[in-house]
Amino acid sequence: MTAPASSPSPAAAPPSRDPGEGTGLPPSAGPIDLCGVELAGPILNASGTFDAIAARRAFGDALLERFPFHAFVSKTVTLEPRAGNPPPRLWEAPAGLLNSIGLPNKGIEGFLRHDLPLLAELPAPLVVSVMGFDRGELERLVGAVGGRPEVALIELNFSCPNVETGLEMGAEPAEAARAVASVRPLTDTPLLVKLSPSASDPPAVAAAAAEEGADGIVLINTLRGSALDPRTRRPWLGGGGGGLSGAAVRAVALAQVAGVSARVDLPLIGMGGVASGAHAADLLAAGARAVGVGTESFRDPGAGNRIGGELAGLAARRIARPSGHPVESLKLG
Amino acid sequence: MSAGETIAAAAQPRTLAPFGRRPARVAAVDEHGAYRVVWASDPHGPRDPRPGQFYMLATVVNWGGGEDERPYLPRAFSHCRVVAEPEGDTRPRLGFMLDAVGPGTERLAALEPGEDLWIVGPLGLGFRTPAHGRALLVGGGIGTAPILALADELGRSSAVLLGFRSAAHAAVSSLFAAEPQLSTDDGSAGRHALVTDLLRVELDRDPVATVFACGPPPMLEAVRALCAARGVDAQLALESGMACGYGACFGCAVPTKSGFVRLCLDGPVLDASELDTALFEGAGH
Repeated sequence: MTAPASSPSPAAAPPSRDPGEGTGLPPSAGPIDLCGVELAGPILNASGTFDAIAARRAFGDALLERFPFHAFVSKTVTLEPRAGNPPPRLWEAPAGLLNSIGLPNKGIEGFLRHDLPLLAELPAPLVVSVMGFDRGELERLVGAVGGRPEVALIELNFSCPNVETGLEMGAEPAEAARAVASVRPLTDTPLLVKLSPSASDPPAVAAAAAEEGADGIVLINTLRGSALDPRTRRPWLGGGGGGLSGAAVRAVALAQVAGVSARVDLPLIGMGGVASGAHAADLLAAGARAVGVGTESFRDPGAGNRIGGELAGLAARRIARPSGHPVESLKLG
Repeated sequence: MSAGETIAAAAQPRTLAPFGRRPARVAAVDEHGAYRVVWASDPHGPRDPRPGQFYMLATVVNWGGGEDERPYLPRAFSHCRVVAEPEGDTRPRLGFMLDAVGPGTERLAALEPGEDLWIVGPLGLGFRTPAHGRALLVGGGIGTAPILALADELGRSSAVLLGFRSAAHAAVSSLFAAEPQLSTDDGSAGRHALVTDLLRVELDRDPVATVFACGPPPMLEAVRALCAARGVDAQLALESGMACGYGACFGCAVPTKSGFVRLCLDGPVLDASELDTALFEGAGH
């Protein structure tokens, strides 16, 4: 049967059809545009999981020669200095890590004086992560880093289950909207909102942030968890509860990235348990523009290099064999 | 790196680690009573890790999948000795002393020659030498490991005092070139005493000394308190749970007189004078 000439024929593929579609392989591991910032590739670190200044002390300038990330995200900076939570701060969970670090940092003044000049030497654009305990603090933080030439993007950390604030800006859409609205007029620097995975409806929080002018969404943060000292059955972590990360949360991350991607049309940075190029490809397929590596860097300081390389290998196979390839990153077994 | 930074780095007891994890093949495994020493060939690592520095270790195969799906994170170990590979090869072979106490150490202690490790290191700051006066090396249990590496460096100019639970654990003392003084909790080898009793006798004899110690937290606290009371300089190699070993996770924070320090970055060897106590929450884990 011949289709009427006036209707488009599904058999005649438009010339723009992606020849790699259906292969399950990523289209590229190359340069991306992230909210107007050019990155050489899609691999970032999750905030608080890589201290480039400390790593340079341990590894020397070899770190800069083989820098593992295409953009570097600072540890979250608060207005005042913080010592962090009392030890113990770590608990090894089944295929994961529970942490209760408590955002130790020098405060914004110390960060700008001591850390920012060193982070500006890194061979990748800099994302500064900030957390305010109320909107006034958040405004002062964004005001302090916004517009700084060293700072390519700002991440607003709206969730940290380790700190007893009583107020989590990422938990409710209205709360997130008010927070973004208060800082949006203060800077032209792109604003990324890091969601709380504990929100009852993360896509709604993302949509509210997008409505008020957020430029991108980062997800997921750690999941709330706790562990008991087997000898006393009292909380093991000095901070009480903690945040769960690592392989154990990967499936949650994939679901939340897909859910937010379906709801908002902003660049997403997906993260949660990524340990291989295939895991990164999963998050890209679920709608992420870029991928964060977190706990895997604890297991392998060069994990970002390895994951980026594996992703590039998958993309090269897609170009070499553009059809009929199994969706191997999602296969069972 | 500027000239000033180079000079500062040379004064620090830190040998830089190659960036990233690298494979190291198990060349041999020796039994020493209750402990095992795993020898790993590290052809791409530095030949001169400082005694007291440490490496993060994980097996390439079967790391995880044990009880509770652990281990997941690498484990931190100070090398106990560095030797050159045999037959004229100058590349380093690292010894790691193991006591199987949990899922990570159980897997590592089960290593066989020919298996591969992932290693990162050497990390942290090691012992600072030379000593002021005599060097008194004090090791307790598995904490003997970096004391052996330091004894190898200092040679016979140092006195070595070791404490163990029992003769089976004390068997590892045969690795020392000069015969150490021994004590055990049950009296089955050496003196039926605490190693700090041996230290007290040495300090009574000649108080002009520097103490270098590694062992369980109660032992380190006893060494700290004794040295503080006698005004003797002491360097303590501490332990605190680490996820990464290179300052990334902030998990190994140890309370000092100047606030928390990351033990992996500013330790694991700390001046005893920096501590109010070596018995902090989480010590030894």
